[in-house]
Amino acid sequence: MRRIVRSVLLLCGVWALQDGSALADPPDNIFVMAKDIGDVITLDPAEVFEFTAGEIVANVYDRLMMFEPEDPRELTGGVAESYAIEADGETIVFRIRDGLRFHSGNPVRPEDVEFSLERVVKLNKTPAFIFTQFGWNAENVGDLVEVVDGSHVRITVTAGLSPGLILNALSAGVASVIDKERVLAHETDGDLGQGWLRSHSAGSGAFWLGRWKANEFIALEANAEYRRGAPAMRRVFLRHVPEPSAQRLLLERGDVDMARNLTPDQIRALAGHAELAVDSYPKGAIVYLAANASHPVLGHPAVIQALRHAIDYQGMADSFLAGQFSVHQAFWPAGLWASYTATPYALDIEKARSLLGQAGLGPFEIRIDTLTSSPFPQIAQSIQATFAQAGIDARIVMQDGKTLWPRYRARKHELIVARWSPDYMDPHSNADAFAHNPDNRPEAMLAGVLAWRNAWASEAINERTIEARDTRDLDAREAMYLELQKRLQTEGPYAIMFQQSEQVVRRRRVEGFMSGVNFDHVYYRNVTK
Amino acid sequence: MIGSQLQEGRSSLLGHVPRRIAGTALSLVLTFVGLTAVTFVIARVMPADPVLAIVGDRAHQDVYDAVYRELGLDQPLPVQYLRYLGQLFVGDLGVSIMTAQPVIDDLLRFFPATLELATVATLLGVFAGVPLGVLAAVRQGRWADHLVRIVGLFGYSVPVFWLGMLALFVFYAKLGWVAGPGRIDIFYEGMVEPVTGLILVDSALAREWDIFRNAIGHLVLPAAILGIHSFAYLARMTRHFMLEQLGQEYILTARVKGVPEGAVIWRHAFRNVLVQLITIVGLTYASLLEGSVLTETVFAWPGIGQYITRSLFNNDMNAVLGGTIVVGICFVAINMGSDLLYRLVDPRAR
Repeated sequence: MRRIVRSVLLLCGVWALQDGSALADPPDNIFVMAKDIGDVITLDPAEVFEFTAGEIVANVYDRLMMFEPEDPRELTGGVAESYAIEADGETIVFRIRDGLRFHSGNPVRPEDVEFSLERVVKLNKTPAFIFTQFGWNAENVGDLVEVVDGSHVRITVTAGLSPGLILNALSAGVASVIDKERVLAHETDGDLGQGWLRSHSAGSGAFWLGRWKANEFIALEANAEYRRGAPAMRRVFLRHVPEPSAQRLLLERGDVDMARNLTPDQIRALAGHAELAVDSYPKGAIVYLAANASHPVLGHPAVIQALRHAIDYQGMADSFLAGQFSVHQAFWPAGLWASYTATPYALDIEKARSLLGQAGLGPFEIRIDTLTSSPFPQIAQSIQATFAQAGIDARIVMQDGKTLWPRYRARKHELIVARWSPDYMDPHSNADAFAHNPDNRPEAMLAGVLAWRNAWASEAINERTIEARDTRDLDAREAMYLELQKRLQTEGPYAIMFQQSEQVVRRRRVEGFMSGVNFDHVYYRNVTK
Repeated sequence: MIGSQLQEGRSSLLGHVPRRIAGTALSLVLTFVGLTAVTFVIARVMPADPVLAIVGDRAHQDVYDAVYRELGLDQPLPVQYLRYLGQLFVGDLGVSIMTAQPVIDDLLRFFPATLELATVATLLGVFAGVPLGVLAAVRQGRWADHLVRIVGLFGYSVPVFWLGMLALFVFYAKLGWVAGPGRIDIFYEGMVEPVTGLILVDSALAREWDIFRNAIGHLVLPAAILGIHSFAYLARMTRHFMLEQLGQEYILTARVKGVPEGAVIWRHAFRNVLVQLITIVGLTYASLLEGSVLTETVFAWPGIGQYITRSLFNNDMNAVLGGTIVVGICFVAINMGSDLLYRLVDPRAR
C-alpha cells in the first residue's frame, strides 16, 4: 500500500514538474495580454463607461463615426461611409456602407443605426448624456433619428450644437452600431436586450466576443470578414492578472505577449531587456487639484492662485511620475485639436506666500482627499510637502473611489486630487465638466459636472462655453476653446497638473498595438507577431 | 419488564432523532438569518455607494436616481432586508453588479477554485504538519524539534504575499518547474466541460490528461504556499498536544509495561490528541475555504476570496451576501463533519 501511495505521489510530482517546464509561448496567431480587468462590469455599448470595457467595445463594434488606428487624430466614417450636413446645421444624413455585415451574418442596415442610437437614449444609462445633449429624450428620439431609405439614416439635433461636436460625439462608444435583429431576439421584459448584451456581443467590428469570465479573462475572436481586412491575430486574450509583479513574471517568461499595468519602477528595471520593449502612448486623462469654492478659505480667488504656485509640477514629472505623466495645465489634453499647451505655473513658494499675504491669510489647515491607488498618494504627499513650505498645513485622506466619489459629488471635500478623461473627442466634453456650471445651487445636484462639485460658477465662462459649443466655424471654435482654457488657468478652482501616458511592455516580436488618446481608442486589429 | 424497557429505549431514541434534526435545522436557520442580517447591515452602513459602483462617478443625477430606485435603496432598511430574504427563500441570490452574472453562477465558478486550492493546501499541511509535530514532540529539545519549530515559525510569520512572489520568481520565472499565475493555461480554457467546477476532477473525468497535468502545474505553488501556513500551525499545535500527552502517567505506565515506543506514541498518545487535532484541522480548512485574498491575488487565482473582497469594496451587496452564505455553509458543514469524526475517534462522544 505504502509503495502504491509513494508511486502515485512521485508520478504526480513528475507530471507537475514536466508540465511547468514544458510551457510554451502563446502561438503566433494568438495575442495574450496581462491586465487588471476587474473594472469590467458590462460590455453593452449603451452602458460601458469603464476603461477595459471601453477598449473591448472599440474592438468589437464599429461606430457610426470613428478614429481609426491608422490615423488616430482623423475623424472618419465607421459604419457611415459619408455624411451630409443640411443647411440648417441641425440635420445630418449618413450614408451606410454597402455590403457591411454583423458577426451574425446579418447586413448592417439604417434600421440598425436607428435602433442603436434610440436604444442608448431609451435605456438612459450613464453615457446617455452624450446623446441627450443633442436635445434627444425617450419621447422624441424616435422622430429625431429616422431611416430615410435602404442606405441612409437622418438625425436631427435640436440643441443648436456645432456639427463638429455632433460628429465627434457620434464617434463615442455609445455610437456603436448593434445588430438589432440579434439583440431583440434576446430581449427580456422590454429591456432592449440589455441583460444579454452585458456579456455578449452583436457588432460588426474586427473581433467578436468569444467569452468573458469575470475576474479570469476576456477572449475575442477575429472577424475574418472585417471591412478593413481580417486581423492577423485569430484570437486575443485579456488575462486578469491584478498583481503587476505577476504580470512582469508572465511577460518575462513569455506566457503573455504584453503587460498593461506595470509600475514605473518595474518598467525602469526592464529598460534594455533584450526581448522586451516599452511603448508610451499619450492618453487624454488629466490629473488635477480642485478646490471647493464654498470653503471659507478656498473660496478666496487668491488662495487657489497661491496653491497653483505651491506645487512642484516638474519635480513630480521628473521623479516618481517619469514616463507615465507629463506636465499639462489646461483642461483639454495635448496632442488634440484645440489643445492649449502653455504651462504658466511652476513651483514658486515666495509667490504663493505673497499671494496668501495679499489675501490677508496666515498659515491655515486644509484637507486633501485623494484615491488610494498609485500615483495619487505620492502626488498628494508632494503637494503636502510644498504646501507646508508656503505655510499651508495639509492633511491627506486617502480613500477608495467608492467612498471618495460620493463625498466629491456631495461637495463635502476641501481639496481633492483626482483624474478626468474626456468622454468623447471634442473639447466640449471637458469644457462641459470643468467650465460650465449653469446652476450652482446645492439643490441643482449637477453631480456629473466638476465645476458644480467645486461650487464654482462664472456667468461669463458659462456663456463662452455655450458659444464655443454651438459655433459652426471650426477656426473660431478652436480660438474660443483656447481662450477658455487660458482663462480657466487663472479663474477656475483647479490646478491642472498632468496628462497621463500609458506605458505598455511587449515582447519585441509583437507589433501593431495601438492605444489612442481617448480611453477607448485601443485597437488590436493591426497586431502581428 | 425487559421488553417494556427496550420499547421505552427505542421510543426515546426515535423521539431523540427528530428532535435532534429539528434542533440542528433550527440552529442552521438562525445562523443564516443572523449571518445575512449582520452582513446586510454592515454593508449598508459602510460609507460606500452601491449606485456609483454601477453608474460611475460621472453619472448625471437622473441616472443615479433611477438606479437608486431600481436597487430598492429608497425603501427602509428592514423592507430591503425582508425583500432580500424573500428572494433567498426561492433560491434567488440576485445578480452581481461587478460581473453582470447571477450570483449563484458566480459562486458555482469561484467557489470550486477555492475548494480545490484549500483542499490540496490542507492535505499538504496535514500530511506534513502532523507527523513532523509528533516528531518534534518525541524529539523535544533535539535538532529535529528545533528544525520543525524554526520552519513552523517561518511559515507562520512570513507574509503570504511576499512568500508567494518569491516562490513565483524562483520556481516559475527562474527554474521553470511550475506553471505561472492562473488556474490553467489560457489556451486550455473551455476545452473541458465543467461538471464539478474542480478542474482536476473535470479533466480526469474527461480523460484530458494534458489539461490535468497543466492544472496540477498551476495548483502546486499556491497550494504549497497556503500549505506552509497550515503546516506551520498544525505542526506547532500537534507538538503542543503531544507534549501534554507524553507527560501523562498512562504513557509512563505503558513504557514501564514495555509497550513498544511506536505503539506508545501512535496508539496511545496520538489517539488522545486526535479530537483536538480534528478541531484544529477543521478550523484551518474552513479558514482556507473563506478564500485567501492575498494568495489569490498573487497567483491570479479566481477564487471566492477575491470575489468577496472585490464585491465588498464595490458594495456589490448581492455578491457579498451570496459569498457570506457559502462561507457560512462551509463552517457549518465542517463543524458538523468534525462532530461526526469526534464520535468515530472518541467513544466518550458517542
